[in-house]
Amino acid sequence: MAGDPEQGVQGGNDVATVPDVLTPLNISADTPALRVMGVAKTFREKDPDTGRWRPVPAVAGLDLDVPRGEILGILGPNGSGKSTLIRLVATLLLADEGRVEVFGFDVERHRMLVRRLINRVSVEASFFKKLTAAENLAYATGLYGVPNRVAQVRAREILERLGLPAKKLIVPLEQLSRGQQQKVAIARALLTSPTLMLLDEPTTGLDPKSRREVQEFVLEVRATHDATIVISTHDMDEADRICDRVAIINAGQFAAIDRSDRLKARYGGHAGTMEQVFFTLIGEQLDEADQEEGGT
Amino acid sequence: MASTDVPAARRRPLSTLERELRGVWALVRRNFHLIRRYLGWEIVFLFYNVVNTLTIGLIGLALPAGAARNREVVYLAIGALLWNFLSILFQEVSNSVQWERWEGTIEYSFMAPIHRLTYLLGVCVWAVLYGLVRTLVVLVGVALFFHVSIARADLAGAGLVLLASSVPFIGLGLVAAILPLLSTERGAQATQVIQGVLLLISGVYYPVAVLPGWISWASVLSPATYTLEYVRNAVLNGASVSAVLPISGVLLLWGLVLIPVGLGLFMLAERHALRVGALKRNG
Repeated sequence: MAGDPEQGVQGGNDVATVPDVLTPLNISADTPALRVMGVAKTFREKDPDTGRWRPVPAVAGLDLDVPRGEILGILGPNGSGKSTLIRLVATLLLADEGRVEVFGFDVERHRMLVRRLINRVSVEASFFKKLTAAENLAYATGLYGVPNRVAQVRAREILERLGLPAKKLIVPLEQLSRGQQQKVAIARALLTSPTLMLLDEPTTGLDPKSRREVQEFVLEVRATHDATIVISTHDMDEADRICDRVAIINAGQFAAIDRSDRLKARYGGHAGTMEQVFFTLIGEQLDEADQEEGGT
Repeated sequence: MASTDVPAARRRPLSTLERELRGVWALVRRNFHLIRRYLGWEIVFLFYNVVNTLTIGLIGLALPAGAARNREVVYLAIGALLWNFLSILFQEVSNSVQWERWEGTIEYSFMAPIHRLTYLLGVCVWAVLYGLVRTLVVLVGVALFFHVSIARADLAGAGLVLLASSVPFIGLGLVAAILPLLSTERGAQATQVIQGVLLLISGVYYPVAVLPGWISWASVLSPATYTLEYVRNAVLNGASVSAVLPISGVLLLWGLVLIPVGLGLFMLAERHALRVGALKRNG
């Protein structure tokens, strides 16, 4: 892969402008934004009964291609491997097996370059709670080399677009609601102009209005930023509404990956809903898991 | 959506150095903001620091009036001031990871495209600035409280030793910083123990010669032992820059070994954390 990584990935400076960060890297148009090849990850945890360490497979042999510009939804129950997959892509975990590529760059061998191409919003907002939103954003964007003056102006634009008044920027994060904090987290990710955005349950805990604002914004980001978006969610309607394709994951493996209309036609039964797709594909295992949980 | 009017100069790609320097500045600015937000606690800690140093100096005043008393007060005050500075350096560096883990921001900081050296450099720059300011405030308190003479002092010599000893202490802080990376709670506990051991063996308030035999050998392992001895020598006996130059060189060299070792260990610990999923706050 040619191109000077240092020169190629400086983000653009406004929300509406698409920063051309990929051309200098000589990435061909058909290179997937994300390629996951046979990725497996197992953690260890202490068995509460025996006190011994035991392996806990998180993801097992995942394969996935996400074309540039796509919004891919990942649906799955708690503990199914959604967050682990996103952390593997985000360079926050090392895979035991297989490899992950972002725009053709291996996430382990080209970690610094990949980090300039991605950003992530996690289910926990994760901020310095005593600092204001502006101070948190100054820190986060400073690590990406974004000038603070530019970051603050863009932050106002993004947050106003997300329905958060600019005056909230000078309020300590601990005084903002969960939904407001999550909007700041989304702004934090977007301010670094990522070409691959990893959204790990970004709308969990938001009220319906805020959820809708975030969803609209995700669509807008894709349209205006030429961004590829991977979004994990528990919200079936969200997946159906904003995702080009939906991957159903369970026990660390994909049960199905397809457009939501096709999934509904194939697995949606009479109801023809994503919820029915979900239960058709993993409902049985969920019941078993519930029973196991009840038994222990 | 309105677009931001950004001068063309701002759109040029950043050089690596420029980006990394912005990273350093981001860390320094963040810590400054944190201090401002916890200003009440800062004032309380500073007050305690000043009072603590004064009470230690007052032990010297218990001696009969004369040169020996003057010398003892200065001896103790130097110990308190230096320990104040060096322990701030150590704490700020070793607690940097700890702080991020508590706030849950560590994944975001470590996902940012800056070199780990840059991250740690930012932490160290802040630690030195913060340590200097706090120690200067304590120094002013000491100067106003004790009217003792340091007419014979060679402050340039003392400053040189202090400057050189900052480097190995930063290195020690880097080594200690890997502990919270490996384990949140136990790592924090371990750094406190390390700091306590350094306080015991370095002769902060007494000559290391008074340490019991079974522990006195350990004093040679602490850079603070030499810092204290030679700063005291410069202040109390007027040891000049040329007299303290050799030990300053040794301290500097010590730091130049400890810093890469600390950085290397830190990166190994980070790789381990990425392998076992230890960066995540819960689970």
